[in-house]
Amino acid sequence: MTARFVRLAETDRPALTLHVDGAPVTALAGDTLMVALLTSGATLRQSEFGDGPRAGFCLMAACQDCWVWTEEGTKLRACSTLAESGQRIVTTEPDTTWPNQQ
Amino acid sequence: MAEPAIVIIGAGPAGVRAAQALADAGIRPIVIDEGRRSGGQIYRRQPDGFTRSHATLYGTEAERARALHTCFDGLEGRVDYRPETLVWHISDGQVWTLGPDGHQSIPYDALILCTGATDRLMPVRGWHRAGTYSLGGSQIALKAQACAIGSQVVFLGSGPLLYLVAAQYVKAGAHVAAVLDTAPFAARIPALPKLLAQPAALWNGVLLTRTIKRAGVPILHGVTPLDITGGEEGSGAPDGAGVDTGPAARDGRSSSRAGTVDTGAVSGVTVRTADGGERHFACDAIAMGHHLRPETQLADLARCAFAFDPAVRQWLPVRDPDGRASVPGVYLAGDGARILGARSAEASGRLAALAALTDLGFPVASVDLASLRRDVATYVRFASGLAQAFPWPVEQAAALPDDAIVCRCESITAGELRATVTDTGAQEANRAKAFSRVGMGRCQGRYCGLAAAEVIAAAAAIPVERVGRLRSAAPVKPISAGSAGKAGA
Ligand SMILES: Cc1cc2nc3c(=O)[nH]c(=O)nc-3n(C[C@H](O)[C@H](O)[C@H](O)COP(=O)(O)OP(=O)(O)OC[C@H]3O[C@@H](n4cnc5c(N)ncnc54)[C@H](O)[C@@H]3O)c2cc1C
Repeated sequence: MTARFVRLAETDRPALTLHVDGAPVTALAGDTLMVALLTSGATLRQSEFGDGPRAGFCLMAACQDCWVWTEEGTKLRACSTLAESGQRIVTTEPDTTWPNQQ
Repeated sequence: MAEPAIVIIGAGPAGVRAAQALADAGIRPIVIDEGRRSGGQIYRRQPDGFTRSHATLYGTEAERARALHTCFDGLEGRVDYRPETLVWHISDGQVWTLGPDGHQSIPYDALILCTGATDRLMPVRGWHRAGTYSLGGSQIALKAQACAIGSQVVFLGSGPLLYLVAAQYVKAGAHVAAVLDTAPFAARIPALPKLLAQPAALWNGVLLTRTIKRAGVPILHGVTPLDITGGEEGSGAPDGAGVDTGPAARDGRSSSRAGTVDTGAVSGVTVRTADGGERHFACDAIAMGHHLRPETQLADLARCAFAFDPAVRQWLPVRDPDGRASVPGVYLAGDGARILGARSAEASGRLAALAALTDLGFPVASVDLASLRRDVATYVRFASGLAQAFPWPVEQAAALPDDAIVCRCESITAGELRATVTDTGAQEANRAKAFSRVGMGRCQGRYCGLAAAEVIAAAAAIPVERVGRLRSAAPVKPISAGSAGKAGA
């Protein structure tokens, strides 16, 4: 599996497992979602404008390139959200369900 | 007299020193920062459970980092600190926040803006590709997460941060493929007298270059970036050697949506060298940036006046030497007002707090003010040397190929932006934005606005100051649907 990010230190942290697009991903406690996804894969999402995959840009919550979602549809900035055990993340926006349609 | 309500936005070097000055005067300021921990950018703290030392994280600035962290931790109880809280608007004398407890509006008697900076970017054809990161972002990956952004990293752009982060990568054991500086080496010579205002910083720069060179990393000066090339879509390996195992592959989604723009992750970068040749460097990640730009949206929403600074070709909020903005009760400090660096941020943060205290009728020692003003003046001189030694490469904006993306958020090319200028006659930044959508996307113009202004200026053959600046709009960052649901909580 080709990862994008390379861990250089701090690898003794406890491991945790989350799910990304249904598949289990192993990360370390203290990882951001971005690091969890990019140490297990090479991209975060597809550009909605057809110019290819994206993998984040600024890492400081300013560019909004790294949005991912919970399966329930909550939008998260992958660069500034910590990975947690049991999280279920999707990399495309889930169909919005409006409260009055339930 | 009731205690005045003073709000500080930002808990970096500027905000921390402002808070300290106020707490020392017996005032309990509210300190708001969207980050999880205090420290700001330079002294960003790693998460709990990480064990690298201050020396490893901050190098020559370790003692300053420690002092700042200790200072702010020591203010516990004497400041009302609100981490993980975004200020998304300022209006009617109130600060509008969204934090763990939902939305709040906070009235203030004095407001000290210490909002810091983001990277200044000059687009390069292909910079939309996965694997291209802002220079600051590449440092955050290392500092806050102990990661390199790739297995072969090129540093591209200019400014002192280019060398600092490249050296930090080398020291941390990352593989750096090259440092490609757009500034010609000769630009440093006329800048030297000004750079000597901070001899220690100048010497540091020399040492950083030595660290990079000793690792066998080529450093090229005076390059013109031509193309960030792409390999297989999603490839994490140089020149398409890898296969896509990203989320797209994980869920079996097709990754072959055809666009007008070439797709695929970073496989390398091609530059024209100073002697006119062309060179290609294979890599799977690029850290790019041209120095920094202040985050001035909140100052704009607070209705502060701005003026064009020709030295950096940016519109900056107007302030007096102590940090008073044009609007009474609003103060500006640190890199959020003007890029002068961390040490200056500490001095200007304290100075702004003392100015606020003075205006609110508290006694302030004039010797203290005078020495802080002298400090800041030194940093101003040094910063003008940096601007001269590492100039913003305006000529790249004019030369940007028509098919190069200017706005990464909405995938808008230089050609489309130029067509807006010629077809509609829109020469003003906000009009051009309305027609082209450049600056309307996710980042709200943070990463494309300055370059777009240069592209417009070149296309319309007018000075860039006549293009003006993008007006800021609330919310200054998107408030996600998930968080907004907590409104009123
Ligand atoms: C990514 C990055 C890395 C850098 N690294 C270095 C370095 O290693 N060495 C160096 O000398 N300089 C570095 N700099 C330059 C840096 O600007 C200064 O050194 C220094 O951090 C400036 O201090 P400051 O207090 O002005 O701003 P900062 O340290 O940037 O602090 C500003 C704070 O304001 C907060 N903030 C901003 N807007 C809002 C809002 N709307 N709501 C809530 N909070 C908000 C931010 O979260 C941040 O914590 C870096 C800059 C960047 C952008």
